[in-house]
Amino acid sequence: MSAEPATRTRIQLPYWLHGSVQTALLLVLTLVVLAPLLIMFVATFQDGNDVIRRGLSLDVDRSSLSLDNYVMLFTDSGPYFRWFANSILLTVVQVAGTLLVSSFVAYGFAVYEFKGKTALFIAVLLLMAVPFEIMMLPLYVLVNDVGLDDSYSVIVLPFLAAAVTIFYFRQYFLGIPKDLLEAGRMDGATEFGIFFKIVVPVAKPAFAAMAILNGMIIWNNFLWPLLVLRSESKFTLPIGLNTLLTPHENNYELLIIGSMFSLLPVLVLFLLFQRFFVAGMTAGALKG
Amino acid sequence: MVVVRRLLYSQKAAPYLFIAPFVITLLAFWLLPLARTFLLSTQEVVFGQAAFIGLDNYQRLWEDRLFWKAMFNSARYMVLTIALLIPIPLVLAALINSKIGSDRVKAVFKASMFVPALTSVVVAGIIFRLMFAETGTGLMNQIVGVFGLDPVRWLRIDTGGLIALLALAMWRWTGVNILYFLAGMQSIPEEYYEAATIDGASRLQQFFHITLPNLKPTIVYVTTISIYGGLAMFLESFMLYRGNSSPNDQGLTVIGYLYRRGIEQNDLGFASAVGVVLVVVIMAINLTFLTLSGTFKKESAR
Repeated sequence: MSAEPATRTRIQLPYWLHGSVQTALLLVLTLVVLAPLLIMFVATFQDGNDVIRRGLSLDVDRSSLSLDNYVMLFTDSGPYFRWFANSILLTVVQVAGTLLVSSFVAYGFAVYEFKGKTALFIAVLLLMAVPFEIMMLPLYVLVNDVGLDDSYSVIVLPFLAAAVTIFYFRQYFLGIPKDLLEAGRMDGATEFGIFFKIVVPVAKPAFAAMAILNGMIIWNNFLWPLLVLRSESKFTLPIGLNTLLTPHENNYELLIIGSMFSLLPVLVLFLLFQRFFVAGMTAGALKG
Repeated sequence: MVVVRRLLYSQKAAPYLFIAPFVITLLAFWLLPLARTFLLSTQEVVFGQAAFIGLDNYQRLWEDRLFWKAMFNSARYMVLTIALLIPIPLVLAALINSKIGSDRVKAVFKASMFVPALTSVVVAGIIFRLMFAETGTGLMNQIVGVFGLDPVRWLRIDTGGLIALLALAMWRWTGVNILYFLAGMQSIPEEYYEAATIDGASRLQQFFHITLPNLKPTIVYVTTISIYGGLAMFLESFMLYRGNSSPNDQGLTVIGYLYRRGIEQNDLGFASAVGVVLVVVIMAINLTFLTLSGTFKKESAR
């Protein structure tokens, strides 16, 4: 870049104008980003077949709006709430398992020196960035070989020691003073007693952030359950909703309102715990 | 009992017990399946009978027109998402990080931008499929109509489908990337900007000479995850086209092709070859990134 001349004529917007231009821009973008969800929300009051035929649209026939879909959702004995319950069960179990196992592993990396530590930790770093999609086929072959398809255990087990979660916990545990651990040893606690009685209580914010991050990912998990699950009674929400998209199902009301309703748990959690979402999402970027 | 007691108190044995779940996961769910895929890629599997055929699958792959089309689609998507999802969130993060403007509006904006990331790819795909409906009444065609253009058959044409995919990616990931950049910007010491202001640097100059250089690690990180995300894109296309087939395979990605050959057509040998190529490409990028960012040096120095 060439050297700036000592005196420049700069067009400087008045302070207030600059601020309001920026505010206006941000508000417009907010509206644009929320628009798809808002329009979909309006569509939950419309006839499902109509929406599928015409697409999501801005011009809505006000006289066609009704609560029929809501009545249908809550009174029909369809599979929707079965899927919902499955999703909740799977999310709770998998989040709890992932937090337990991953924090356990992370503690091993954070406080001990042992042979092979560097190599294993590099493996964690490598796995952190590998998209699941490339493991899809190998795992699928493995699961079919051992005959464990259509079972929840297969959805959960490969991901209990989750690389990103391990990494995040390790960073957190590195910051715990060694004196605290020594004090535990003095009191006669086992290495595992120290972990559960001293480290876990201190690391509550880390557990909260990782619970939120993993909860969101698992609630929305689609590809792996799609490959594993076969029977409709075991479907989770994303899998169930996807089957509604096929033309012969012809249950478009449920597709639209069910999609929106499936967002509710995550949205509520987000509104309550926004800062944990942010901490969890940016976890990977805080390397080094 | 004595042995167990000793094990529980031993600081030598403890680390191995702590990391055991990871080692088991690594072996059982990564290395073993990967080795298996590698082996399968040299075999022809018919009705569960595997026969060694050497590098034939790779030969077939090399000459396979559809594989290259899928590769092209994935690479194109990756390049375009990086071109869009780095500069735009960067500028937006700078706007949020600036001292002017209303803090409340910024908070609302930040939270709203993040909301799409909460939606599953299934729900997002359903919404975008319906927004990009080819009827004149679909939202995107209404917008196009405002400019006096005829309705576009979005998902039937290559460019239209690409635009829909990119719109979906932008919608879901702009907010997340803003968070990354914002976290990076907030770790830049305030003094840098104060010194620059005293030297008479404009805000634009400060952005290019202070913010950007200091954000390099974040930009490298976001670029890397965008490379993986782009190359491994599958579900977005799967949802938008309501399945793995699209007109003229315009939405077919490498993972989609792997899914088609391996899972839909059960041609495990050939699909494994596709998988191996992908693993090699991704691992090469991965190692390059970790080396460039100096992670190896740091870890071994610890």
